[in-house]
Amino acid sequence: MNIFVCIKQVPDTETKIRIKGDKSGIETNDVKWIVSPYDEFAIEEALRAKAFLKTGTVTVVTVGPDRAVEALRTGLAMGADTAVHVRWETSCNVSIAKAVAEVVKKENGSVIFSGKQAIDDDQGVVFAYTAELLNWPSTSTVSKVEFGTDGKSVTVEKEVDGSARHKIAMNTPCVIAMTKGINAPRYASLPGIMAAKKKTVKVYSPSDLGLSDSPLLKDFDYELPPERKAGIKLSGEIPAQVAELVKRLREEAKVI
Amino acid sequence: MKVFVVAEHKDGKLKRVSAEVVAEFGRQGQEVTALVLGSGDLNAITGDLAKAGASKIIVLEHADLKDYSTEGYANAAHAYLSSQGAEVIASGGQGKDFMPRLAAKFGVGVANDCTSFGLASGKLTVRRPVFAGKCSKSVEFLKSPAMFTLRPNVVSSEGKTAAGTVERVAATPGAIRTKVAEVIASAAKKVELTEADIIISGGRSLKSADNFKILHECAAVVGAAVGASRAAVDAGYAPHAMQVGQTGKTVSPKLYIACGISGAIQHLAGMRTSKVIVAINKDAEAPIFQKADYGIVGDLFEVVPLLTAELKKLKG
Ligand SMILES: Cc1cc2nc3c(=O)[nH]c(=O)nc-3n(C[C@H](O)[C@H](O)[C@H](O)COP(=O)(O)OP(=O)(O)OC[C@H]3O[C@@H](n4cnc5c(N)ncnc54)[C@H](O)[C@@H]3O)c2cc1C
Repeated sequence: MNIFVCIKQVPDTETKIRIKGDKSGIETNDVKWIVSPYDEFAIEEALRAKAFLKTGTVTVVTVGPDRAVEALRTGLAMGADTAVHVRWETSCNVSIAKAVAEVVKKENGSVIFSGKQAIDDDQGVVFAYTAELLNWPSTSTVSKVEFGTDGKSVTVEKEVDGSARHKIAMNTPCVIAMTKGINAPRYASLPGIMAAKKKTVKVYSPSDLGLSDSPLLKDFDYELPPERKAGIKLSGEIPAQVAELVKRLREEAKVI
Repeated sequence: MKVFVVAEHKDGKLKRVSAEVVAEFGRQGQEVTALVLGSGDLNAITGDLAKAGASKIIVLEHADLKDYSTEGYANAAHAYLSSQGAEVIASGGQGKDFMPRLAAKFGVGVANDCTSFGLASGKLTVRRPVFAGKCSKSVEFLKSPAMFTLRPNVVSSEGKTAAGTVERVAATPGAIRTKVAEVIASAAKKVELTEADIIISGGRSLKSADNFKILHECAAVVGAAVGASRAAVDAGYAPHAMQVGQTGKTVSPKLYIACGISGAIQHLAGMRTSKVIVAINKDAEAPIFQKADYGIVGDLFEVVPLLTAELKKLKG
Protein backbone atom coordinates (compact mmCIF):
# COMPACT_ATOMS: atom_id res chain seq x y z
CA MET A 1 0.00 0.00 0.00
CA ASN A 2 1.58 3.26 -1.16
CA ILE A 3 -0.20 6.08 0.62
CA PHE A 4 0.21 9.48 -1.00
CA VAL A 5 -0.54 12.47 1.18
CA CYS A 6 -1.20 15.74 -0.66
CA ILE A 7 0.00 18.65 1.40
CA LYS A 8 0.05 22.38 0.82
CA GLN A 9 2.26 25.05 2.32
CA VAL A 10 0.11 27.97 3.48
CA PRO A 11 0.57 31.17 5.50
CA ASP A 12 0.35 30.68 9.26
CA THR A 13 -3.12 31.33 10.65
CA GLU A 14 -1.75 34.28 12.66
CA THR A 15 -0.78 36.05 9.41
CA LYS A 16 -2.07 39.55 8.99
CA ILE A 17 -3.02 39.56 5.32
CA ARG A 18 -1.74 42.44 3.16
CA ILE A 19 -2.76 42.93 -0.46
CA LYS A 20 -0.32 43.65 -3.31
CA GLY A 21 -0.48 47.11 -4.86
CA ASP A 22 -2.03 45.81 -8.09
CA LYS A 23 -4.55 43.70 -6.13
CA SER A 24 -3.37 40.55 -7.92
CA GLY A 25 -2.66 38.61 -4.75
CA ILE A 26 -1.32 38.87 -1.23
CA GLU A 27 2.12 40.04 -0.09
CA THR A 28 4.16 37.01 0.91
CA ASN A 29 7.58 38.50 1.73
CA ASP A 30 7.39 38.20 5.51
CA VAL A 31 4.85 35.44 5.80
CA LYS A 32 5.58 32.48 8.06
CA TRP A 33 4.71 29.26 6.22
CA ILE A 34 3.15 26.16 7.74
CA VAL A 35 1.66 22.88 6.56
CA SER A 36 -2.08 23.44 6.15
CA PRO A 37 -3.61 22.11 9.41
CA TYR A 38 -6.06 19.74 7.68
CA ASP A 39 -3.14 18.20 5.79
CA GLU A 40 -1.43 17.45 9.10
CA PHE A 41 -4.44 15.30 9.98
CA ALA A 42 -3.91 13.49 6.69
CA ILE A 43 -0.20 12.87 7.37
CA GLU A 44 -0.99 11.54 10.86
CA GLU A 45 -3.75 9.29 9.51
CA ALA A 46 -1.43 7.90 6.83
CA LEU A 47 1.22 7.05 9.43
CA ARG A 48 -1.42 5.30 11.54
CA ALA A 49 -2.76 3.39 8.52
CA LYS A 50 0.74 2.19 7.66
CA ALA A 51 1.29 1.07 11.26
CA PHE A 52 -2.04 -0.76 11.23
CA LEU A 53 -1.41 -2.48 7.89
CA LYS A 54 2.19 -3.27 8.94
CA THR A 55 3.32 -2.67 5.36
CA GLY A 56 3.59 0.00 2.73
CA THR A 57 5.01 3.48 2.41
CA VAL A 58 3.86 6.99 3.15
CA THR A 59 4.81 9.62 0.57
CA VAL A 60 4.10 13.30 1.06
CA VAL A 61 3.59 15.22 -2.17
CA THR A 62 3.29 18.92 -2.84
CA VAL A 63 3.02 21.10 -5.91
CA GLY A 64 4.54 24.48 -5.22
CA PRO A 65 7.53 26.82 -5.39
CA ASP A 66 10.99 26.07 -3.94
CA ARG A 67 10.02 27.06 -0.41
CA ALA A 68 7.32 24.34 -0.35
CA VAL A 69 10.05 21.77 0.25
CA GLU A 70 9.91 22.87 3.90
CA ALA A 71 6.38 21.47 4.14
CA LEU A 72 7.67 18.17 2.78
CA ARG A 73 10.46 18.20 5.39
CA THR A 74 7.81 18.61 8.09
CA GLY A 75 5.97 15.58 6.72
CA LEU A 76 9.19 13.55 6.58
CA ALA A 77 10.07 14.60 10.13
CA MET A 78 6.66 13.41 11.31
CA GLY A 79 7.50 10.01 9.83
CA ALA A 80 6.68 9.92 6.12
CA ASP A 81 9.08 7.68 4.18
CA THR A 82 9.55 9.69 1.01
CA ALA A 83 8.53 12.97 -0.58
CA VAL A 84 7.73 14.28 -4.03
CA HIS A 85 8.05 17.94 -4.92
CA VAL A 86 6.52 19.13 -8.16
CA ARG A 87 8.33 22.45 -8.49
CA TRP A 88 5.66 24.56 -10.02
CA GLU A 89 4.51 27.98 -8.95
CA THR A 90 0.98 27.75 -10.28
CA SER A 91 -2.09 29.32 -8.78
CA CYS A 92 -4.43 27.05 -10.75
CA ASN A 93 -5.80 24.24 -8.64
CA VAL A 94 -6.68 22.22 -11.75
CA SER A 95 -2.99 22.26 -12.74
CA ILE A 96 -2.15 21.07 -9.23
CA ALA A 97 -4.70 18.25 -9.46
CA LYS A 98 -3.29 17.18 -12.83
CA ALA A 99 0.24 17.14 -11.42
CA VAL A 100 -0.81 15.06 -8.41
CA ALA A 101 -2.65 12.60 -10.65
CA GLU A 102 0.44 12.19 -12.88
CA VAL A 103 2.75 11.70 -9.89
CA VAL A 104 0.47 9.11 -8.33
CA LYS A 105 0.29 7.22 -11.65
CA LYS A 106 4.07 7.31 -12.14
CA GLU A 107 4.79 6.26 -8.57
CA ASN A 108 2.10 3.58 -8.29
CA GLY A 109 0.12 5.17 -5.49
CA SER A 110 -2.66 3.03 -4.08
CA VAL A 111 -4.53 5.61 -2.03
CA ILE A 112 -4.50 9.40 -1.63
CA PHE A 113 -5.04 11.21 1.66
CA SER A 114 -5.42 14.97 1.98
CA GLY A 115 -7.02 17.64 4.11
CA LYS A 116 -10.63 18.55 3.24
CA GLN A 117 -9.36 21.95 2.07
CA ALA A 118 -6.28 24.14 2.35
CA ILE A 119 -6.73 27.02 4.75
CA ASP A 120 -5.51 29.68 2.32
CA ASP A 121 -7.81 29.19 -0.64
CA ASP A 122 -10.50 27.20 1.22
CA GLN A 123 -11.62 25.43 -1.96
CA GLY A 124 -11.46 21.67 -1.39
CA VAL A 125 -11.02 21.14 -5.12
CA VAL A 126 -7.65 19.44 -5.63
CA PHE A 127 -8.31 16.03 -4.04
CA ALA A 128 -11.74 15.62 -5.67
CA TYR A 129 -10.51 16.78 -9.07
CA THR A 130 -7.56 14.39 -8.79
CA ALA A 131 -9.94 11.55 -7.89
CA GLU A 132 -11.98 12.21 -11.02
CA LEU A 133 -8.86 12.42 -13.22
CA LEU A 134 -7.75 9.02 -11.85
CA ASN A 135 -11.31 7.70 -11.92
CA TRP A 136 -11.09 6.75 -8.22
CA PRO A 137 -13.91 7.12 -5.70
CA SER A 138 -13.48 9.89 -3.14
CA THR A 139 -14.94 10.92 0.20
CA SER A 140 -14.42 14.20 2.01
CA THR A 141 -14.93 15.63 5.52
CA VAL A 142 -13.82 12.28 6.90
CA SER A 143 -13.49 11.97 10.68
CA LYS A 144 -12.55 8.28 10.89
CA VAL A 145 -10.68 5.83 8.64
CA GLU A 146 -10.63 2.05 9.09
CA PHE A 147 -8.86 -0.18 6.61
CA GLY A 148 -9.62 -3.86 6.19
CA THR A 149 -6.56 -5.88 7.21
CA ASP A 150 -5.68 -6.62 3.57
CA GLY A 151 -5.83 -2.90 2.71
CA LYS A 152 -8.29 -3.57 -0.13
CA SER A 153 -11.34 -2.14 1.58
CA VAL A 154 -11.77 0.91 3.75
CA THR A 155 -14.63 2.26 5.84
CA VAL A 156 -14.73 5.95 6.61
CA GLU A 157 -17.02 8.20 8.62
CA LYS A 158 -18.06 11.30 6.72
CA GLU A 159 -19.50 14.35 8.45
CA VAL A 160 -22.73 15.42 6.83
CA ASP A 161 -24.25 18.77 7.78
CA GLY A 162 -22.37 18.81 11.06
CA SER A 163 -25.13 16.91 12.84
CA ALA A 164 -24.99 13.47 11.22
CA ARG A 165 -22.27 11.12 10.06
CA HIS A 166 -22.34 8.53 7.31
CA LYS A 167 -20.34 5.35 7.52
CA ILE A 168 -19.12 4.83 3.96
CA ALA A 169 -17.46 1.75 2.50
CA MET A 170 -15.09 1.96 -0.47
CA ASN A 171 -12.42 -0.13 -2.09
CA THR A 172 -8.90 1.05 -2.76
CA PRO A 173 -7.63 2.79 -4.79
CA CYS A 174 -9.50 5.82 -3.49
CA VAL A 175 -9.12 9.37 -2.23
CA ILE A 176 -9.91 10.33 1.38
CA ALA A 177 -9.98 13.96 2.60
CA MET A 178 -9.82 14.55 6.35
CA THR A 179 -11.55 16.96 8.65
CA LYS A 180 -10.73 18.06 12.17
CA GLY A 181 -11.34 15.65 15.00
CA ILE A 182 -9.96 12.60 13.22
CA ASN A 183 -6.74 12.55 15.23
CA ALA A 184 -4.20 14.70 17.04
CA PRO A 185 -1.22 15.05 14.69
CA ARG A 186 2.10 14.13 16.28
CA TYR A 187 4.86 16.70 16.57
CA ALA A 188 8.06 16.04 14.72
CA SER A 189 10.58 14.68 17.24
CA LEU A 190 14.22 15.75 17.20
CA PRO A 191 15.35 12.32 15.90
CA GLY A 192 12.52 12.62 13.35
CA ILE A 193 13.84 15.97 12.17
CA MET A 194 17.39 14.57 11.93
CA ALA A 195 16.17 11.50 10.02
CA ALA A 196 14.16 13.70 7.65
CA LYS A 197 17.36 15.36 6.47
CA LYS A 198 18.57 12.03 5.11
CA LYS A 199 15.33 11.13 3.34
CA THR A 200 15.00 11.84 -0.37
CA VAL A 201 12.78 14.43 -1.95
CA LYS A 202 12.10 13.49 -5.55
CA VAL A 203 11.71 16.55 -7.75
CA TYR A 204 9.60 16.83 -10.88
CA SER A 205 9.08 19.76 -13.19
CA PRO A 206 5.71 20.23 -14.90
CA SER A 207 7.26 19.18 -18.22
CA ASP A 208 8.50 15.91 -16.64
CA LEU A 209 4.81 15.21 -16.12
CA GLY A 210 3.79 16.37 -19.58
CA LEU A 211 2.02 19.42 -18.22
CA SER A 212 2.03 23.12 -18.93
CA ASP A 213 0.17 25.89 -17.20
CA SER A 214 -3.05 26.93 -18.85
CA PRO A 215 -5.11 28.56 -16.14
CA LEU A 216 -8.85 27.98 -16.26
CA LEU A 217 -9.74 30.69 -13.77
CA LYS A 218 -8.52 34.25 -13.47
CA ASP A 219 -8.17 35.72 -9.98
CA PHE A 220 -8.12 39.48 -9.55
CA ASP A 221 -9.16 42.37 -7.40
CA TYR A 222 -8.05 41.06 -4.01
CA GLU A 223 -9.47 43.19 -1.25
CA LEU A 224 -9.48 43.34 2.52
CA PRO A 225 -12.93 43.35 4.06
CA PRO A 226 -14.10 46.65 5.47
CA GLU A 227 -12.79 46.92 9.03
CA ARG A 228 -15.57 46.29 11.51
CA LYS A 229 -15.81 49.23 13.81
CA ALA A 230 -16.17 48.68 17.51
CA GLY A 231 -19.76 49.38 18.44
CA ILE A 232 -21.04 50.26 21.85
CA LYS A 233 -20.59 48.70 25.25
CA LEU A 234 -23.81 48.88 27.18
CA SER A 235 -23.76 50.17 30.72
CA GLY A 236 -25.78 49.94 33.91
CA GLU A 237 -26.93 46.96 35.94
CA ILE A 238 -26.59 43.66 34.07
CA PRO A 239 -30.36 42.91 33.88
CA ALA A 240 -30.97 46.38 32.48
CA GLN A 241 -28.15 45.90 29.96
CA VAL A 242 -29.66 42.62 28.79
CA ALA A 243 -33.08 44.25 28.38
CA GLU A 244 -31.52 47.08 26.42
CA LEU A 245 -29.55 44.66 24.25
CA VAL A 246 -32.69 42.77 23.26
CA LYS A 247 -34.51 46.04 22.58
CA ARG A 248 -31.70 47.28 20.36
CA LEU A 249 -31.38 43.96 18.52
CA ARG A 250 -35.07 44.18 17.78
CA GLU A 251 -35.59 47.86 17.05
CA GLU A 252 -32.21 49.16 15.91
CA ALA A 253 -30.49 46.17 14.28
CA LYS A 254 -33.75 44.38 13.41
CA VAL A 255 -32.19 40.92 13.67
CA ILE A 256 -34.58 39.26 16.10
CA MET B 1 -26.84 32.74 -21.04
CA LYS B 2 -27.75 29.13 -20.48
CA VAL B 3 -27.73 28.75 -16.73
CA PHE B 4 -28.30 25.51 -14.83
CA VAL B 5 -28.61 25.20 -11.06
CA VAL B 6 -28.13 21.78 -9.49
CA ALA B 7 -30.57 21.77 -6.58
CA GLU B 8 -29.87 20.23 -3.19
CA HIS B 9 -32.50 18.59 -1.07
CA LYS B 10 -32.81 16.61 2.10
CA ASP B 11 -35.73 14.70 3.60
CA GLY B 12 -37.98 15.71 0.69
CA LYS B 13 -37.30 19.41 1.14
CA LEU B 14 -35.37 21.88 -0.97
CA LYS B 15 -32.36 23.34 0.80
CA ARG B 16 -32.72 27.06 1.19
CA VAL B 17 -29.37 27.76 -0.47
CA SER B 18 -30.71 26.31 -3.74
CA ALA B 19 -33.61 28.76 -3.65
CA GLU B 20 -31.08 31.49 -2.90
CA VAL B 21 -29.04 30.71 -6.04
CA VAL B 22 -32.11 30.54 -8.28
CA ALA B 23 -33.66 33.71 -6.82
CA GLU B 24 -30.42 35.67 -7.20
CA PHE B 25 -30.13 34.78 -10.90
CA GLY B 26 -33.75 35.91 -11.23
CA ARG B 27 -32.99 39.25 -9.60
CA GLN B 28 -30.27 39.70 -12.21
CA GLY B 29 -32.80 39.03 -14.96
CA GLN B 30 -31.38 35.63 -15.83
CA GLU B 31 -33.56 32.60 -16.61
CA VAL B 32 -32.62 29.43 -14.80
CA THR B 33 -33.16 25.74 -15.42
CA ALA B 34 -32.97 23.77 -12.20
CA LEU B 35 -31.85 20.15 -12.00
CA VAL B 36 -33.28 17.92 -9.30
CA LEU B 37 -31.54 14.57 -8.88
CA GLY B 38 -33.46 11.95 -6.96
CA SER B 39 -36.27 9.44 -7.03
CA GLY B 40 -39.79 9.18 -5.68
CA ASP B 41 -41.99 12.13 -4.76
CA LEU B 42 -40.04 15.30 -5.42
CA ASN B 43 -43.03 17.63 -5.84
CA ALA B 44 -42.36 19.77 -2.77
CA ILE B 45 -38.87 20.39 -4.11
CA THR B 46 -39.90 21.28 -7.67
CA GLY B 47 -42.66 23.48 -6.26
CA ASP B 48 -40.20 25.46 -4.16
CA LEU B 49 -37.83 25.84 -7.11
CA ALA B 50 -40.65 27.32 -9.21
CA LYS B 51 -41.42 29.69 -6.35
CA ALA B 52 -37.79 30.78 -6.24
CA GLY B 53 -37.96 31.56 -9.96
CA ALA B 54 -36.86 28.50 -11.95
CA SER B 55 -38.50 28.65 -15.37
CA LYS B 56 -37.76 25.03 -16.14
CA ILE B 57 -37.05 22.07 -13.87
CA ILE B 58 -35.42 18.86 -15.04
CA VAL B 59 -35.94 15.94 -12.70
CA LEU B 60 -33.15 13.40 -13.23
CA GLU B 61 -34.69 10.23 -11.89
CA HIS B 62 -32.97 7.09 -10.77
CA ALA B 63 -33.34 4.81 -7.76
CA ASP B 64 -29.59 5.15 -7.09
CA LEU B 65 -30.04 8.90 -6.66
CA LYS B 66 -32.46 8.54 -3.77
CA ASP B 67 -29.65 9.46 -1.40
CA TYR B 68 -26.94 11.97 -2.16
CA SER B 69 -23.59 10.65 -3.33
CA THR B 70 -20.63 12.51 -4.80
CA GLU B 71 -20.22 10.25 -7.80
CA GLY B 72 -23.94 9.79 -8.44
CA TYR B 73 -24.46 13.55 -8.64
CA ALA B 74 -21.35 14.21 -10.73
CA ASN B 75 -22.08 11.37 -13.17
CA ALA B 76 -25.80 12.02 -13.62
CA ALA B 77 -25.43 15.80 -13.89
CA HIS B 78 -22.66 15.40 -16.46
CA ALA B 79 -24.52 12.82 -18.52
CA TYR B 80 -27.44 15.22 -18.84
CA LEU B 81 -25.66 18.56 -19.06
CA SER B 82 -22.97 17.57 -21.56
CA SER B 83 -25.45 17.86 -24.41
CA GLN B 84 -27.24 20.99 -23.15
CA GLY B 85 -24.74 23.69 -24.09
CA ALA B 86 -24.55 24.86 -20.48
CA GLU B 87 -22.67 28.12 -20.06
CA VAL B 88 -23.05 28.38 -16.29
CA ILE B 89 -23.54 25.57 -13.76
CA ALA B 90 -24.17 26.66 -10.18
CA SER B 91 -24.99 24.95 -6.93
CA GLY B 92 -25.12 25.58 -3.20
CA GLY B 93 -23.21 24.38 -0.16
CA GLN B 94 -23.21 20.65 -0.90
CA GLY B 95 -21.98 21.48 -4.38
CA LYS B 96 -18.58 21.93 -2.85
CA ASP B 97 -18.55 18.14 -2.63
CA PHE B 98 -19.55 17.08 -6.16
CA MET B 99 -18.85 20.15 -8.31
CA PRO B 100 -15.06 19.58 -8.48
CA ARG B 101 -15.67 16.10 -9.90
CA LEU B 102 -18.25 17.51 -12.31
CA ALA B 103 -15.80 20.25 -13.33
CA ALA B 104 -13.12 17.61 -14.00
CA LYS B 105 -15.54 15.83 -16.35
CA PHE B 106 -15.98 19.09 -18.26
CA GLY B 107 -12.27 19.90 -18.00
CA VAL B 108 -12.95 23.31 -16.47
CA GLY B 109 -12.25 25.09 -13.19
CA VAL B 110 -14.67 25.66 -10.35
CA ALA B 111 -14.99 28.42 -7.74
CA ASN B 112 -16.37 27.16 -4.43
CA ASP B 113 -18.10 28.99 -1.62
CA CYS B 114 -18.73 32.27 -3.44
CA THR B 115 -20.45 35.12 -1.63
CA SER B 116 -21.74 36.96 -4.70
CA PHE B 117 -21.92 36.62 -8.45
CA GLY B 118 -22.81 38.86 -11.34
CA LEU B 119 -23.53 38.55 -15.03
CA ALA B 120 -22.42 41.30 -17.37
CA SER B 121 -22.18 41.20 -21.16
CA GLY B 122 -22.40 37.44 -21.32
CA LYS B 123 -19.73 36.90 -18.70
CA LEU B 124 -19.96 35.58 -15.17
CA THR B 125 -17.77 36.98 -12.40
CA VAL B 126 -17.88 35.68 -8.85
CA ARG B 127 -16.51 37.02 -5.63
CA ARG B 128 -15.25 34.73 -2.95
CA PRO B 129 -13.48 34.89 0.40
CA VAL B 130 -9.94 33.59 0.85
CA PHE B 131 -8.12 32.94 4.13
CA ALA B 132 -11.48 32.29 5.75
CA GLY B 133 -12.58 35.82 4.91
CA LYS B 134 -9.43 37.69 5.91
CA CYS B 135 -9.62 38.90 2.31
CA SER B 136 -11.65 38.27 -0.83
CA LYS B 137 -11.10 38.16 -4.56
CA SER B 138 -12.94 38.12 -7.88
CA VAL B 139 -12.78 35.13 -10.18
CA GLU B 140 -13.44 34.95 -13.91
CA PHE B 141 -13.87 31.77 -15.89
CA LEU B 142 -11.59 31.30 -18.90
CA LYS B 143 -13.31 28.17 -20.18
CA SER B 144 -17.01 27.36 -20.48
CA PRO B 145 -19.06 26.21 -18.65
CA ALA B 146 -18.38 28.52 -15.71
CA MET B 147 -18.96 26.56 -12.51
CA PHE B 148 -19.40 27.86 -9.00
CA THR B 149 -21.07 27.14 -5.68
CA LEU B 150 -22.71 29.80 -3.54
CA ARG B 151 -22.25 29.96 0.22
CA PRO B 152 -25.54 29.58 2.12
CA ASN B 153 -27.12 32.67 3.67
CA VAL B 154 -25.47 35.39 1.55
CA VAL B 155 -28.46 36.36 -0.63
CA SER B 156 -32.22 36.30 -0.19
CA SER B 157 -34.19 33.18 -1.12
CA GLU B 158 -37.30 35.21 -2.02
CA GLY B 159 -37.73 34.98 -5.77
CA LYS B 160 -40.40 35.82 -8.32
CA THR B 161 -42.45 32.71 -9.00
CA ALA B 162 -41.83 31.33 -12.49
CA ALA B 163 -43.47 28.64 -14.62
CA GLY B 164 -41.25 25.85 -13.31
CA THR B 165 -42.30 23.42 -16.03
CA VAL B 166 -41.22 19.99 -14.90
CA GLU B 167 -39.64 17.51 -17.28
CA ARG B 168 -38.71 14.06 -16.03
CA VAL B 169 -35.63 12.40 -17.52
CA ALA B 170 -34.20 8.97 -16.73
CA ALA B 171 -30.81 9.61 -15.16
CA THR B 172 -27.57 7.69 -15.61
CA PRO B 173 -25.73 7.89 -12.29
CA GLY B 174 -23.27 5.15 -13.35
CA ALA B 175 -21.32 3.15 -10.82
CA ILE B 176 -21.42 4.65 -7.35
CA ARG B 177 -18.41 3.16 -5.64
CA THR B 178 -19.05 4.62 -2.20
CA LYS B 179 -21.67 2.71 -0.23
CA VAL B 180 -23.38 4.28 2.75
CA ALA B 181 -23.24 1.43 5.27
CA GLU B 182 -24.79 3.29 8.18
CA VAL B 183 -26.21 6.68 9.06
CA ILE B 184 -25.13 7.85 12.48
CA ALA B 185 -27.53 10.62 13.41
CA SER B 186 -26.78 12.84 16.34
CA ALA B 187 -29.30 12.70 19.15
CA ALA B 188 -30.60 16.24 18.92
CA LYS B 189 -32.01 17.78 15.76
CA LYS B 190 -29.85 20.84 15.49
CA VAL B 191 -29.92 23.91 13.33
CA GLU B 192 -27.05 23.73 10.83
CA LEU B 193 -24.41 26.32 11.71
CA THR B 194 -23.72 27.56 8.20
CA GLU B 195 -27.41 28.06 7.49
CA ALA B 196 -28.47 29.57 10.79
CA ASP B 197 -29.80 33.12 11.03
CA ILE B 198 -28.67 33.40 14.62
CA ILE B 199 -25.65 31.75 16.25
CA ILE B 200 -24.76 31.71 19.93
CA SER B 201 -21.18 30.62 20.51
CA GLY B 202 -19.28 29.71 23.63
CA GLY B 203 -15.59 29.62 24.42
CA ARG B 204 -13.17 28.05 26.85
CA SER B 205 -14.85 30.05 29.60
CA LEU B 206 -17.89 27.71 29.51
CA LYS B 207 -15.67 25.36 31.53
CA SER B 208 -17.55 22.12 30.71
CA ALA B 209 -19.65 20.40 28.08
CA ASP B 210 -22.51 20.42 30.53
CA ASN B 211 -22.44 24.21 30.84
CA PHE B 212 -23.05 24.53 27.10
CA LYS B 213 -26.68 23.74 27.92
CA ILE B 214 -27.22 27.37 28.94
CA LEU B 215 -26.35 28.31 25.35
CA HIS B 216 -28.60 25.58 23.93
CA GLU B 217 -31.47 26.81 26.09
CA CYS B 218 -31.03 30.35 24.84
CA ALA B 219 -30.64 29.14 21.23
CA ALA B 220 -33.85 27.12 21.41
CA VAL B 221 -35.89 30.24 22.14
CA VAL B 222 -34.93 31.93 18.87
CA GLY B 223 -34.17 28.90 16.68
CA ALA B 224 -30.46 29.62 16.79
CA ALA B 225 -27.53 27.29 16.23
CA VAL B 226 -24.83 26.87 18.87
CA GLY B 227 -21.17 27.33 17.94
CA ALA B 228 -17.88 27.12 19.80
CA SER B 229 -14.34 28.44 19.77
CA ARG B 230 -11.48 26.10 19.10
CA ALA B 231 -10.39 26.32 22.73
CA ALA B 232 -13.81 24.98 23.77
CA VAL B 233 -13.64 22.23 21.15
CA ASP B 234 -10.09 21.21 22.05
CA ALA B 235 -11.08 21.07 25.72
CA GLY B 236 -13.83 18.62 24.75
CA TYR B 237 -16.73 20.92 25.71
CA ALA B 238 -18.19 20.84 22.19
CA PRO B 239 -17.85 18.58 19.12
CA HIS B 240 -15.56 19.88 16.38
CA ALA B 241 -18.50 20.19 13.98
CA MET B 242 -19.48 23.20 16.12
CA GLN B 243 -16.16 25.02 15.76
CA VAL B 244 -16.32 28.45 14.17
CA GLY B 245 -13.16 29.92 12.68
CA GLN B 246 -10.39 29.53 10.18
CA THR B 247 -10.07 25.82 10.90
CA GLY B 248 -13.78 25.35 11.56
CA LYS B 249 -16.95 26.65 9.96
CA THR B 250 -17.13 30.04 8.31
CA VAL B 251 -20.50 31.54 9.12
CA SER B 252 -22.38 34.70 8.24
CA PRO B 253 -25.57 34.80 10.28
CA LYS B 254 -27.68 37.89 10.85
CA LEU B 255 -26.74 37.77 14.52
CA TYR B 256 -23.68 36.25 16.17
CA ILE B 257 -23.49 36.23 19.95
CA ALA B 258 -20.01 35.43 21.28
CA CYS B 259 -20.11 34.35 24.91
CA GLY B 260 -16.78 34.20 26.74
CA ILE B 261 -14.78 34.23 23.51
CA SER B 262 -11.67 36.40 23.44
CA GLY B 263 -11.73 37.17 19.71
CA ALA B 264 -8.53 35.54 18.37
CA ILE B 265 -7.73 36.26 14.71
CA GLN B 266 -8.59 32.66 13.74
CA HIS B 267 -11.99 32.88 15.40
CA LEU B 268 -12.78 36.29 13.89
CA ALA B 269 -11.93 34.93 10.44
CA GLY B 270 -14.87 32.56 10.70
CA MET B 271 -17.54 34.99 11.84
CA ARG B 272 -16.53 38.51 10.88
CA THR B 273 -19.06 38.66 8.04
CA SER B 274 -21.94 38.26 10.49
CA LYS B 275 -24.36 41.16 10.10
CA VAL B 276 -24.49 41.99 13.79
CA ILE B 277 -22.03 40.79 16.43
CA VAL B 278 -22.73 40.80 20.15
CA ALA B 279 -19.95 40.13 22.65
CA ILE B 280 -20.49 38.99 26.21
CA ASN B 281 -17.19 38.91 28.06
CA LYS B 282 -16.10 39.70 31.60
CA ASP B 283 -12.86 41.29 30.39
CA ALA B 284 -13.59 44.80 29.09
CA GLU B 285 -10.29 44.69 27.18
CA ALA B 286 -11.07 41.47 25.25
CA PRO B 287 -10.31 41.98 21.52
CA ILE B 288 -13.78 40.71 20.56
CA PHE B 289 -15.22 44.06 21.70
CA GLN B 290 -13.26 45.73 18.86
CA LYS B 291 -15.41 43.85 16.36
CA ALA B 292 -18.70 43.77 18.22
CA ASP B 293 -21.65 46.02 17.48
CA TYR B 294 -22.97 45.57 21.01
CA GLY B 295 -21.05 44.50 24.06
CA ILE B 296 -21.91 43.53 27.58
CA VAL B 297 -19.04 43.42 30.04
CA GLY B 298 -20.15 40.75 32.45
CA ASP B 299 -20.12 37.15 33.56
CA LEU B 300 -21.74 34.97 30.91
CA PHE B 301 -23.19 32.68 33.56
CA GLU B 302 -25.22 35.66 34.74
CA VAL B 303 -25.88 37.31 31.36
CA VAL B 304 -26.91 34.31 29.25
CA PRO B 305 -29.80 33.09 31.48
CA LEU B 306 -31.08 36.68 31.68
CA LEU B 307 -30.87 36.92 27.89
CA THR B 308 -32.80 33.66 27.55
CA ALA B 309 -35.52 35.01 29.83
CA GLU B 310 -35.65 38.32 27.97
CA LEU B 311 -35.93 36.59 24.58
CA LYS B 312 -38.70 34.36 25.95
CA LYS B 313 -40.65 37.44 26.91
CA LEU B 314 -40.22 38.76 23.39
CA LYS B 315 -41.34 35.54 21.74
CA GLY B 316 -44.13 35.35 24.33
C1 LIG C 1 -3.57 26.79 13.43
C2 LIG C 1 -4.60 27.39 14.34
C3 LIG C 1 -5.92 27.37 13.96
C4 LIG C 1 -6.92 27.89 14.79
N1 LIG C 1 -8.23 27.86 14.37
C5 LIG C 1 -9.19 28.36 15.18
C6 LIG C 1 -10.57 28.32 14.80
O1 LIG C 1 -10.93 27.85 13.72
N2 LIG C 1 -11.49 28.82 15.66
C7 LIG C 1 -11.16 29.35 16.88
O2 LIG C 1 -12.06 29.77 17.62
N3 LIG C 1 -9.87 29.38 17.26
C8 LIG C 1 -8.89 28.88 16.46
N4 LIG C 1 -7.59 28.90 16.90
C9 LIG C 1 -7.32 29.23 18.31
C10 LIG C 1 -7.31 30.70 18.64
O3 LIG C 1 -6.01 31.20 18.41
C11 LIG C 1 -7.70 30.92 20.13
O4 LIG C 1 -6.82 30.18 20.93
C12 LIG C 1 -9.12 30.51 20.48
O5 LIG C 1 -10.03 31.07 19.57
C13 LIG C 1 -9.44 30.98 21.88
O6 LIG C 1 -10.70 30.50 22.28
P1 LIG C 1 -11.53 31.23 23.44
O7 LIG C 1 -11.82 32.61 23.01
O8 LIG C 1 -12.66 30.35 23.80
O9 LIG C 1 -10.53 31.18 24.67
P2 LIG C 1 -9.65 32.31 25.35
O10 LIG C 1 -8.82 33.01 24.37
O11 LIG C 1 -9.01 31.65 26.51
O12 LIG C 1 -10.70 33.37 25.84
C14 LIG C 1 -11.62 33.15 26.85
C15 LIG C 1 -12.37 34.44 27.03
O13 LIG C 1 -13.46 34.22 27.91
C16 LIG C 1 -13.55 35.31 28.82
N5 LIG C 1 -14.22 34.79 30.02
C17 LIG C 1 -13.73 33.90 30.92
N6 LIG C 1 -14.67 33.59 31.83
C18 LIG C 1 -15.78 34.31 31.54
C19 LIG C 1 -17.08 34.43 32.10
N7 LIG C 1 -17.44 33.73 33.18
N8 LIG C 1 -17.96 35.26 31.51
C20 LIG C 1 -17.61 35.98 30.40
N9 LIG C 1 -16.40 35.90 29.82
C21 LIG C 1 -15.49 35.06 30.37
C22 LIG C 1 -12.16 35.78 29.02
O14 LIG C 1 -12.15 37.16 29.40
C23 LIG C 1 -11.55 35.57 27.62
O15 LIG C 1 -11.71 36.72 26.81
C24 LIG C 1 -6.57 28.43 16.05
C25 LIG C 1 -5.24 28.47 16.43
C26 LIG C 1 -4.25 27.97 15.60
C27 LIG C 1 -2.83 28.05 16.03
